[in-house]
Amino acid sequence: MEPFDYRRPGDAATAVRTVAADPSAVFLGGGTNLVDHLKLGVASPGLVVDVTSLTSSEISDHDGGLRIGAAVRNSDLAADRRVRERYPMLARALLAGASGQLRNMATTGGNPLQRTRCVYFQDVTTPCNKRSPGSGCSAIGGYTRYHAVLGASPECIATHPSDLAVALTALDAEVQVLGPVGERTIGFGELHRLPGDRPDRDTVLEHGELITAIDLPEAPIAVNSTYRKVRDRASYAFALVSVAAALRVENGIVRDSRIAFGGVAHKPWRATRAEEVLLDAPATEATYRQAAEAELADAVAVDGIDGGNGFKLPLLVNTLAATLRDLTGEAK
Amino acid sequence: MTPRSIGLDLARRDGPAKVTGTATYAYETAVDRPAYCHPVQATIARGRVTRLDTAAAEALPGVLAVLTEANAERLASTEDGELAVLQSAEVAFRGQLIGCVVAETSETARQAADLVEVAYAEEDHETELTADGDYDAETTGDVETAFAEADFAVDQTYTTAMYHNNPMEPHATTALWADGTLTLWESTQGVHPTRAKVAEVFGLDTERIRVICPYVGGGFGSKGLPHANVVLAAMAARVLPGRPVKLAVTRQQMFSLTGYRTPTIQRARLAADRSGRLSAIAFDVAEQTARVKEFAEQSGKPSRTMYAAPNRRVAHRLAALDVPVTSWMRAPGECPGMFGPEVAMDELADRLGLDPIELRLINDPAEDPESGKPFSSRNLAECLRTGAERFGWADRGPRREGRWLVGCGVAASVYPVNRMPESTAVIRFSGGRYTVDIGAADLGTGTWTTLPQIAADALGVPVDEVEVRIGDTAYPNASVAGGSSGMITWGSAVLDAAAVFREKFGTDPADGDEAEGSVSENPEQENFAMSAFGAQFAEARVHADTGEVRVPRMHGVFAVGRVINPRTTRSQLTGGMTMGLSMALHEQSVLDPRFGHVVNHDLAEYHVAANADAGQITAEWLDEHDPHVNAMGAKGVGEIGIVGAAAAVVNAVYRATGVRVRDLPVTLDKLLPGLSPGPAL
Repeated sequence: MEPFDYRRPGDAATAVRTVAADPSAVFLGGGTNLVDHLKLGVASPGLVVDVTSLTSSEISDHDGGLRIGAAVRNSDLAADRRVRERYPMLARALLAGASGQLRNMATTGGNPLQRTRCVYFQDVTTPCNKRSPGSGCSAIGGYTRYHAVLGASPECIATHPSDLAVALTALDAEVQVLGPVGERTIGFGELHRLPGDRPDRDTVLEHGELITAIDLPEAPIAVNSTYRKVRDRASYAFALVSVAAALRVENGIVRDSRIAFGGVAHKPWRATRAEEVLLDAPATEATYRQAAEAELADAVAVDGIDGGNGFKLPLLVNTLAATLRDLTGEAK
Repeated sequence: MTPRSIGLDLARRDGPAKVTGTATYAYETAVDRPAYCHPVQATIARGRVTRLDTAAAEALPGVLAVLTEANAERLASTEDGELAVLQSAEVAFRGQLIGCVVAETSETARQAADLVEVAYAEEDHETELTADGDYDAETTGDVETAFAEADFAVDQTYTTAMYHNNPMEPHATTALWADGTLTLWESTQGVHPTRAKVAEVFGLDTERIRVICPYVGGGFGSKGLPHANVVLAAMAARVLPGRPVKLAVTRQQMFSLTGYRTPTIQRARLAADRSGRLSAIAFDVAEQTARVKEFAEQSGKPSRTMYAAPNRRVAHRLAALDVPVTSWMRAPGECPGMFGPEVAMDELADRLGLDPIELRLINDPAEDPESGKPFSSRNLAECLRTGAERFGWADRGPRREGRWLVGCGVAASVYPVNRMPESTAVIRFSGGRYTVDIGAADLGTGTWTTLPQIAADALGVPVDEVEVRIGDTAYPNASVAGGSSGMITWGSAVLDAAAVFREKFGTDPADGDEAEGSVSENPEQENFAMSAFGAQFAEARVHADTGEVRVPRMHGVFAVGRVINPRTTRSQLTGGMTMGLSMALHEQSVLDPRFGHVVNHDLAEYHVAANADAGQITAEWLDEHDPHVNAMGAKGVGEIGIVGAAAAVVNAVYRATGVRVRDLPVTLDKLLPGLSPGPAL
């Protein structure tokens, strides 16, 4: 760990200006990921700007939906009655993530910005294009159990670890951002990038841009929604695959759906092809499996130590089908 | 001796200190002006350090010393390759110690360690265990003919993963070299064995070394033998005489520095007639050891003694690889060695159409198949029968509950009764109370509580009148807490001391009266084979769509002689079973052969069973009387709980799904291809 300066400005605008002015500066939210990275040498900022008290920690009604302040802790968000009733997939995604202690620390603004848990990214003794651009990807040919099957590149096959972000993608959330030149709104699905040849860039945020709030649009469909996370132990593990899904079925026909996958790509994966297959199709097991298979048409399994990640393809088909089956049952 | 205190369900004496945070662990030792040591580790698996530039590290404010092979003291003994720290430029495994920084703060030490620049001449390395190679075999009878003539046979290969001990308290040392004496506050399972080893390595008289360890935050074998970190801490202290130096091994560093269990590749063969009677048992196991130090896991051991069969073969292959040093992990030998064979027994029962309990009962030997001696006590059959009833074995499935496939499995457990012929206890009477001094260890096992129970009965006084002092070489010599031998060994020394005390001073001693006693080999070993036995039962639920495995309940029944304290015993047994569950479903150190190190080297990626994974895990024991093992009639309980547990879980998963997984851990990817997803039937 290298020494760094620490500042706690009086307001968000000052924090943004401070970080924007210093290429070595970073924002500190709950710190559940950054502090690990400081210790491991994965991150070595010159300046840490604490923003935990600079954005709202309130959840408020907003345009028929909800506005979630960036400082709202994961545990508070999961416990909010409006979230649990109107966006159950979001509450379930939050509770599927991390541990109680971590959820008490992690923030709404910080959680989607956590970095991959690829073991090579976190180990500075191994090459990693995301950590040290141009050094190579150790995961390719290595331990790929948790790695991407969709949207990867020859430079990087990492996955995004956030559960919250998968639900926010499915819900078409919007990200309110404050930058050095003012405010802007980013669709949650556009926040994260695919790796391409710049795997070091996780998101489209410019240096110094700060998430101030995340908005959930009004979404009646989300009342019938859930989050299913499949992992290697019953709690406190990252997803092998996860599914955030909302479903509206009328008279045995799927009239609308929102689906996103976690654990399969460099970003939370909005399953638009699956949604297209589902639209106006019979609400049957066959349709659900077809929808999953359509979304996985371009999927690529990666061989590796301990068998690689090819199992994720059938697992995702089964998990989506099972999740939609459950939601169909609840819709009846 | 009449058991009065022995058998009482007493709460841990050290409990309040631990839960209130006042129990002092090695790293927390309050010392003046501590300095902090952080290791520098090799980033190649094999080769030589050609250049070590420490200038930047030394220039960092707060750095007190940088030690490398170039300036480290020459050790008196380098016979133990693991402990020959900084004695050569050779690199024998990735993560090996090649230097350290000592600084005013731990942060500075860590930062400076990162600033040390290292160049290597790298050589090709080999870190992957294979089954191919030479085996050392011991054979009785004619195994091959027995297989050729058998009605039924099982011939399968099973693998267990590489496992790392992950006690809550990582290895830690506070070391002080002052006035020609080295004091080590060390997290260890044996203060005297650590002292002896450090004395040998540094060429010091043992009188000049004191090792102190009142509390240990778990060890499971990884703190049974001193590892390189202790030597490094002592070296660092010697370059700063008068200043204590603290070294806390990080969780990541534990994966290369503090021992682990070898992976195993096991070929288990069983031959039987139609009735299920075994005619041959053959068990070939391949294991690895570090090139730098040989350690041979004795996985074949339990197969020699477990079941009757006239024709027997046990063979080991030990591959020396460019890997970190293998060492003790809970039930070394028995734990991996009872995995393949106990799954093979399940496979054989399946082929015979026999209840797997029945198959084990048919082959329960009247005497030890290896030595021909009678068992001092062998109650495996009773464990199996009692367990079957308590667990509800008759209702073992398979069945389907919604999306879950449910089934139960069983496996047997065994662990030898070990006693070290080395330990001394001193009993002193003062102020109306008895104090027992012995350098024993309590690594969470309960020694602080159970040793007074033994002493109280040995002296014929209430347990409240007895105090023990342990965990310090200032007290008489004691053996390591290992091989489930601690309580048997130290308790025997205490019994001897009490007998001497009563003989010398009677029942009305004077203030200051003191007597010493010790422990020797058990002469009854000539006449009897001695082991503890058990039966483990597990219920597995496997999700039909995802292959996720849940184990809602496990039950173990053990025959472990007389139980000293039901509370600490239950904790040991269920703790072992939980570790076995963890081995079955989760634990796996993933070594990347390109680099030569374990890449999932933290608790987020190396999964141990968490609370949500451990359902209802219960243990009970038979009322077993064994007068031959020792005067207490007690067998060790620290390790038997893990033995067979993983096999019971795997057998349960098979019962639930029809999918036989032979490679641990049982993760969902291994089950998925054999499951039929889709709507409920």
